[in-house]
Amino acid sequence: MHPAPSVIIFTIFSGLGFGLFFLLGLGFFLADYWLNFVLFFLAYGFSIIGLLSSLFHLGNPQRFLKAFSQWRTSWLSREGVFSTSTLIIMAPFAIGKIFLDKEFVILGIVGSVLAILTIFCTAMIYAQLRTVPRWNSFLTPVLFVLYSLGGGTFLINEGRLAAFILILSSLLQVYAWLNGDQLFKKAVSNVESATGLGNIGKVRLLEGPHTGTNYLLKEMVYIVGRKHRIRLRIIGFILVGLLPGLILLLFNFNLLLLILAFLMHLIGISLIRWLFFAEAEHVVGLYY
Amino acid sequence: MTELPSTTHKKLGLVIDLDTCVGCHACVINCKEWNTSHYGAPLSDIEAYGENPVGTFLNRIHTYEVTPVQGLTQTVHFPKSCLHCEDAPCVTVCPTGASYKRSEDGIVLVNEDDCIGCGLCAWACPYGAREMDAAEGVMKKCTLCVDRIYNENIPEEDREPACVRTCPANARHFGDFSDPDSNVSKLSKERGGIDLMPEQLTKPVNKYLPPRAKAEISTDGEIDVLSPFLEPIASETTGFLSWLDKALDKI
Ligand code: SF4
Ligand code: SF4
Ligand code: SF4
Repeated sequence: MHPAPSVIIFTIFSGLGFGLFFLLGLGFFLADYWLNFVLFFLAYGFSIIGLLSSLFHLGNPQRFLKAFSQWRTSWLSREGVFSTSTLIIMAPFAIGKIFLDKEFVILGIVGSVLAILTIFCTAMIYAQLRTVPRWNSFLTPVLFVLYSLGGGTFLINEGRLAAFILILSSLLQVYAWLNGDQLFKKAVSNVESATGLGNIGKVRLLEGPHTGTNYLLKEMVYIVGRKHRIRLRIIGFILVGLLPGLILLLFNFNLLLLILAFLMHLIGISLIRWLFFAEAEHVVGLYY
Repeated sequence: MTELPSTTHKKLGLVIDLDTCVGCHACVINCKEWNTSHYGAPLSDIEAYGENPVGTFLNRIHTYEVTPVQGLTQTVHFPKSCLHCEDAPCVTVCPTGASYKRSEDGIVLVNEDDCIGCGLCAWACPYGAREMDAAEGVMKKCTLCVDRIYNENIPEEDREPACVRTCPANARHFGDFSDPDSNVSKLSKERGGIDLMPEQLTKPVNKYLPPRAKAEISTDGEIDVLSPFLEPIASETTGFLSWLDKALDKI
């Protein structure tokens, strides 16, 4: 699939923002008043950057309000509904915490649940697609949620928990890659079933339907070189979880190193999201 | 509403005969011509006369080579457009309700006034039957010429999809699959019409008729099977041309 920057930014930042909301709602705070203010600011900032970036992906963003209507069937619509309700519910909670020095526990819990549901729905937009076998796996939502929590616990300075989640998610990511490499073959669809000509013999494209390119090829048939992908996977694995996790465990006292570790995590997750899209094979490619 | 209707009154769709399609692309052109000037936004071409022309099409023809374990390799032309699936995944993923399946005839349509151009429906379709229009930012797909088939302002013989109307090889047939006695149901039954990618669980309405087995031709080493019939009948030629021929031979 085409790794569009707007969608990569959307998944990373909304993941971080809603991960942070989830933890704040549950009452994970820092000791310092101003730092809590910054945390709420970051949570709103990240999630709004994410959501705005997703609007850039649309052909007709001015009609986005319509996207709230189909929550009964569409994961994308649900994501819209849950994300906006999180933003709304968390506002009085944040005001209570920062300006009134009160914790509205119930509001916080409701906001937390909505936040984690938002992350889950984001992942399900991809995981629901039978047409993209690599995404169509329970590992997709698991990893999306873990990365959000990893980034979130990092920001609220739960060092050990963050280290644990980050290292766990990077290991699970390796499994997801190796497993994902098999999924396309296991999914049964092949050029023979796609054309229905399999019972006659082996099928090969002789002539494409168009001499240039088209929307389908640009959007859904994206090929990453094998050497490239292995290198990117290794760098992503180290940066997203392994190295930040180790820094969190061993150098939790050094602010500069911690900031560096968070930047590494951000670069790592960007690589991983890029691969998430770029490596995903859509069955329509079988026709070409 | 993007909930799928549990049943549809009719099941309109196409039978595409892979045995007779000659890959002429006439259906592609007539589809583009009709649909760029009628239902919804036009089917744009970007850089139509430039170096990298791309355009929106609702119907496309692939050509495959099929090699059996034994026997001759065949060339199969393969038209592909929306199959108006019963369990259309493109409909349920749509966040706005722009994509829907009509309960009266099962046609899958996009209401372009509601479409935000998110592209998710195109991702959900296994067959590549939906293309986002680059100029309008809305999703385009085969409408089964919904604006022809019920259109009382055009002659009755034109009230079928543009691709079917134009096909010079009669490789495309339009009808109602819910009626077991319809032309399409019968054709599909007789010729063993198949679903594309049944493992995707979309339950396509359109059926494809597999190419018939090719006749085994024994050639006895003689490549041109017609050559026995082309033996010259007259051994001795007469007339002016014959004279000229002989005269020239002598020179
Ligand atoms: S062919 Fe594709 S676009 Fe058409 S109904 Fe089926 S899934 Fe939807
Ligand atoms: S591109 Fe349009 S029709 Fe397709 S899912 Fe998005 S809003 Fe619905
Ligand atoms: S017009 Fe008929 S013969 Fe020509 S490509 Fe289309 S289906 Fe095949």
